[in-house]
This record gives sequence, C-alpha cells and structure tokens, in this order.
Amino acid sequence: MNRWFRFNQLWQLTKALFLEIIREPGVLFWGILFPILMSLGLGLAFTKKADVIRKVAIVSDIAKSSAPADTTLITEFLRKRCEKNITGEEDSWKWKYAIKDDKLGNSTFFFYDMEWDEAMKLLKRGTINVLIAGSDGSVEYHFDPMNSDAELTYLKLSNIIGKGTLLPEKSHTEIKPLTVKGTRYIDFLIPGLITMGVMSSCMWGISYGIIEKRSKKLLRRLVATPMKKSHFLIALITVRVAMNFIESFVLLIFSMFAFNLTVQGDIPALLAVFLAGNIAFAGIAVLVSSHTSNTEVGNGLINFVIFPMTVLSGIFFSYQNFPEWSINVIKGLPLTLMTDGVRSIVNEGAGYSEVALPVLILTLMGVTFFAAGLKVFKWH
Amino acid sequence: MQNENVIEVKDVWKSFKTVQAVRGVTLNIPKGKFIALLGPNGAGKTTMVEMIEGIQKPDKGEITIMGKKWKDNEDELHNLIGLSLQETRFIDKLRVTETLKLFASFFDLGEERVEEIISIVGLEEKKKAYNVNLSGGQRQRLAIGIALINNPSILLLDEPTTGLDPNARREVWDILKNLKEKSSTSMVLTTHYMEEAEYLCDYIVIMDNGVILKEGTLNQLLEGADGNPKTLDDLFVTLTGRMIYE
Repeated sequence: MNRWFRFNQLWQLTKALFLEIIREPGVLFWGILFPILMSLGLGLAFTKKADVIRKVAIVSDIAKSSAPADTTLITEFLRKRCEKNITGEEDSWKWKYAIKDDKLGNSTFFFYDMEWDEAMKLLKRGTINVLIAGSDGSVEYHFDPMNSDAELTYLKLSNIIGKGTLLPEKSHTEIKPLTVKGTRYIDFLIPGLITMGVMSSCMWGISYGIIEKRSKKLLRRLVATPMKKSHFLIALITVRVAMNFIESFVLLIFSMFAFNLTVQGDIPALLAVFLAGNIAFAGIAVLVSSHTSNTEVGNGLINFVIFPMTVLSGIFFSYQNFPEWSINVIKGLPLTLMTDGVRSIVNEGAGYSEVALPVLILTLMGVTFFAAGLKVFKWH
Repeated sequence: MQNENVIEVKDVWKSFKTVQAVRGVTLNIPKGKFIALLGPNGAGKTTMVEMIEGIQKPDKGEITIMGKKWKDNEDELHNLIGLSLQETRFIDKLRVTETLKLFASFFDLGEERVEEIISIVGLEEKKKAYNVNLSGGQRQRLAIGIALINNPSILLLDEPTTGLDPNARREVWDILKNLKEKSSTSMVLTTHYMEEAEYLCDYIVIMDNGVILKEGTLNQLLEGADGNPKTLDDLFVTLTGRMIYE
C-alpha cells in the first residue's frame, strides 16, 4: 500500500465524518430546509407584490383646520378625496386613501391626526416615516432623506395630492414591469443564498468542527496513531463539499420549480465556480481554526469572517450601493467573487471564459489559506 | 529493575511558562511490566506521560522508546504505542463498532480485530450504541479498547479511572489485569488512587512537584520507608506531610 495514500484510512475517516453530520437531526433543517424557507419567504416577499400600507402623520394645525378659507392642497385632499374614519376611535387613522394599480401594486395611505411630539415619537419608532405639517396655506413634508422608503412615500404623496394619480393619464411615460428571467429579485437572490450557504457551511462545518474536536482532545488522540494528518483534513473537506453540493442542489431545484428560475449559462462552468468557492472557503476555514481550542474564540473568529462578507458581498442587495472607493475591495472578497460568478452563469448566460478568472483566484485563495493554515496548525 | 527496558527516561526537565512541571526525572520501564506513576494533581505525571507519548518535547534530557527517539521515528513509534488520554471524547454520533473500525483503519486492521477488542473490553451489548449514549465506565472501556486495538507493545494510560464509580473502576481494572496476564505489553499508568497502583502495578513511582520521591515494588516501598508505613497512603504522608488527594 502506498505510504502517502491509504484508501481504507481515508474511506473510514470520510464515512465517520459524514455519519457524524447526517445523524444530527438539526442538519436536515438548518442545512436544507432553512435555506429553502428563507428563499421562499424572501422570494414571495419580493415577487408577489402585496398591498403596501403607508402611514403618515398630519400635525394638528392642518388636521383641525376647518376654516372655509383654508384651501391648501393637503386640507382639500383630505376633505375631498380621502375616506374619513367615522368610528372616532383613539389611536386609529383619521383618513384613508387607497390606490389601485395593476403594475405597481396597490397602496393604501393612512393619515393620523396627532400633535408634533407624538408624531416625532412614532417617527423614531418607525411606525410612520413621513410627517406633514404646515400652516397659513404652506405644506411641509418632514422625513429622513436617507430613508428610501420615506422618500418614496413623499414622492407618491406629493404626486397624488394635486393630480390624484401617480402618472398623468395621457403621459408618454408608461410603466412596463420586467418579467424577463434573470432580472427579477428572486433571480438575484437565489445565487446569493447558495454562495452564502457554502460560506457558512464551510466556516461552521470545517472551522468549528476542527476547534470542537481539538477542545475535546479528539484531534490529539487521532494524531497519536499512524493516521495521515492530510487524510483527516481531506476527509473533513470532502464531506463538507459533498454536503454543500446536496444543499445547493436542493435549493436550486426548489427555485426552478417554485420561482421558475433557470440556469441560462454553462452548467460545467457553474460547477467549476461552485468547486472553486468551496476550495476558497475550506482554505479559509482551515486557517481560521488552525490554532485555537476554545470554542468561544472560534465563534468570534468565524463571525469575523462571515459577517462582513454577508453584509458587503451583495447577497441580499447589490453592493453597488456602497461608496465608490470600496467597490473594488468588495469585488475581491471571496464571497463576492463566487456570488458574481454564479449570478453571471445563472442570470446572464455566462460560460467558462467569463468565470475563468474568478475560478482561478478562488482556487489560489483556497490553496494559499490552506497552506498557511497547515503551517501553523495545532493538532494537540 | 533488570530486564530489557522499553522506555528510558534520562534526566528529563520540562517547564510551562513559570511552572516547572518535571524536574530531572530518570526512569526505566522494563518490558512486560506495569508501572504506576502515582501522585497528586500537579505532580507532573501527565506531563511525564505526554513526553513519553511524544506530544510534549522535554526542555532537557532524553526519552527513548524501544531504543528510538520520537524525532524521525514518529510513524514507527505510533504503531508500538497504545494510549488513553484524560477525558477524550470520541465522535458523539458514531457507534462503538464504527469508532473502533475507524481507529483500526489507522493500523491497517480489519473487522476481526474490532470484534476481538469489543470482546476484550466487554462492550458486546453496546457495540451498536452511539458513543454519546455510553456511561462513563463504558466510555472508558471504549477508550482502553482503542488503546489496545493495535496490540501495542507499550500502553500509556493517563488516569484511566478518574471520575468512575467503584464498579466501573473495577471493570477497567479487570480488563487491565487480564491484559497483564495474557500479553507482554508494558504499561505506564498515571493515577492518584493508591489502591489502583497496588492492585495493577509491579512497580510504583511516587511523584510530587515534578520529581520522583520514591520508587520500587510495593514491598520495597513499604519496607524501606521510615516510620514503618502500612499502606501507600501512610507512605505518601510520611514523604510529603500531606495526603495524596489534598
């Protein structure tokens, strides 16, 4: 038998580590069902547009104005175009205005009559995001311009109040909702969920697995035998990559049926990006877990890797919204490289030539981190 | 102690930061003999065993196993040694048989040896149980089974019965006593239980604060001591002025 390769040893290690995973009931839920539920929840939230409710505070000067001379747009709008709540219940809306729109979805505006201080309190809590005040015929919209939802409420309101519609009826402008595959939010989201799953699975499965085995003195016990150290790490990584493949495949198939997602590009190229991403994160995982035997320190180290990339790498929303100077740095993160690669194949129909560079970079990253991890790896 | 020595420890020193764990220990362990390293917590027993296992390197001095040093001979020495560490936990959701098969594969051994070990450590009824569901005593018997799987020439057991109830302890002793009768394996066992050392071992080395206080067979230890101690407990009090478990 080859001194450097012992098949039975590698097979028994792989089998043991695989059984360790699949015999844990939580694995089925967190590894397979949870990503599906997350995609289902986010997919439904962003693909089937539900009625949007927008709550607006009207401060008392306008709301209580009953002078016939008060002809400001807002008082006229409230009196003439809105449905008034006649129940008179405290804390309930005072006026309601509903917009039916097949293309943009239905919106309902609830207007609350309140004092300035109370309105500010609700604004701080996020219950309302726009406050309308004013007197002597003037109308003031108060909202945080950095809050895009508040800005949208303002834009819709300012358009409705006066004209009564979001767009002039005989405008040359027409809204054509995009339904082309690859342009929907769900098409953007699913590749991100797959790559984020790979990252989390490698970091928790490999890093935490190693740290836990070190803390239980199992690593030390294993290396007190003629076990090949490389075989242990190969088995650990193989099992994790196999689990990642199963989890990602199930999520992809589910998305194809549930959201009509299609892989427009080259499947072997997709597999290449997937494998390269796994290599990169496996390498990072080995480096992160190379020294500590304290599981709490391990938690911190793993979160240190996972959290920034989850936020920055454009999993849920595009990273193009980050400051210009940071975009190139973000593009170089392993999760961004993998996610952009998978998205380009799934949504844009990319093939080998388009993803060759990210595949190469991810593989090199993995090998480099793995080598660095092995250099300082503590078995005892 | 005459015979051929399987382990030779010559003037070994080891310190960790400010703690001097082992101070100039010299010890020879002959083939086929069972040796107890007896002493309280902090005596330096575990550090001594870890240096014999090759896990720790001595700061000074030399250790040879069957005439070989750890450096450049790791693979060969791992094949000769079986060991049981303090508080090792095996993979929770692996069955007893699967765990033994895993360790057997490291020594290119097959199912036959696994079945033999299950029989030696008396885990026939638990062979399909997950490790996590074993009692403390059963877990320790599994650890000893794993230590014996390669039919080692040298067995190193670090406090194999600590934390076990009297019945479980007796079961472990029976396994080791049986091994002593049927094989030529040499054993180094660390313990702070006097009765364990008395019952199992041919030769007892009493350690405290990193040094050997006294060594010999039970009779040699008791007969040669001042104050005519009747037990090892009495002897330890005579040597140190305190009880071993204080």
